[in-house]
Amino acid sequence: MSSKQRIADLYFLEHRAKLIDLAAFLDRVDRAGEPAEPPDFRVRALVRAAAVLTDGAGSRARRVLEMLSDPSTEPARSAAATKGASGAPRQGAL
Amino acid sequence: MRYIDPHIHMVSRTTDDYAAMARCGCVAVTEPAFWAGFDRSSAAGFADYFGQLTETEPARAAQHGIRHHCWLCINPKEAEDPGLAREVIAEIPRFLDRPNVLGIGEIGLNKNSRNELAVFEAQLDLAASRGLLVLVHTPHLEDKLKGTRMIIDAIARDSRIDPGRVLIDHVEEHTVAQVLDAGFWAGMTLYPDTKCTPQRAADIFETFGLERLWINSAGDWGHSDPLAVPKCRQEMARRGHTAQTIERVSYANPLEFLSQSPRFRADA
Repeated sequence: MSSKQRIADLYFLEHRAKLIDLAAFLDRVDRAGEPAEPPDFRVRALVRAAAVLTDGAGSRARRVLEMLSDPSTEPARSAAATKGASGAPRQGAL
Repeated sequence: MRYIDPHIHMVSRTTDDYAAMARCGCVAVTEPAFWAGFDRSSAAGFADYFGQLTETEPARAAQHGIRHHCWLCINPKEAEDPGLAREVIAEIPRFLDRPNVLGIGEIGLNKNSRNELAVFEAQLDLAASRGLLVLVHTPHLEDKLKGTRMIIDAIARDSRIDPGRVLIDHVEEHTVAQVLDAGFWAGMTLYPDTKCTPQRAADIFETFGLERLWINSAGDWGHSDPLAVPKCRQEMARRGHTAQTIERVSYANPLEFLSQSPRFRADA
């Protein structure tokens, strides 16, 4: 098993860049459109899931994925309208 | 060092990709039937595709010393029309005796609809009635968690199916445990934006162990990388994993699952 120092040596700069990318993306969303326009449901879901990063509870990847998942359990009535996925559930978006 | 890419859509890849894969050590691939990016209008269109998977593609692969195998089905993205699905499923048996066919796949769910589920169950029945291996596609992004649960429940309802002969693909951190705990094999797909990165796949090996778990590129016509498996091997080497561990996840594990079909061969 690698040490924490070794993991930081291998991956810190890559993930520093990803965090700055995420911050810049949210700034870009803020600048776009009218000030009163609410963010897209996917962006709201992303911001909500980001709280997992700092709660110190572990299993962060699993919990982020669960927060970005459809919580329903019954089969969908039809798939005729779309084949695609959006990356975040419409239900439960803040 | 040799490797197997057990899920890649070579009909969508160039001859240069075959050459690059061979240079990186690829000795065998398996190619599930999938969505072409458009809906086929007839069962005859699928029959042509099954011919491509069982005749044309093995010949292309052989030119680079790579063994080519395939899985046949109607994929979940085209499973919303039950009438067409029935016609396609009726076409499949006449291709099943071809020498590179391993089983039924990639069947599963896409938007987790009732029709998709019914077509999935019909193709499970076909596999069970003939004792074939099964390769399962789990849905994308927000649909994956619910769809994986539905898939596991559907397979459990058919007592003829041995979970050890089913590979459930595209697992991530939120689905891998339930797949392995139910006795299935699990596949991690290495994609640039969705599914797993090589780094996360290595994390999952470190967390869940090496048993019944493999990696694949699922390279196709979309944003994907036919050299994703060797890149994951490099990532594991960078972390200090042994050559034996790396060979196990990228060669020995797929060899163990796929060799349950007497047709699978990884030798040149």
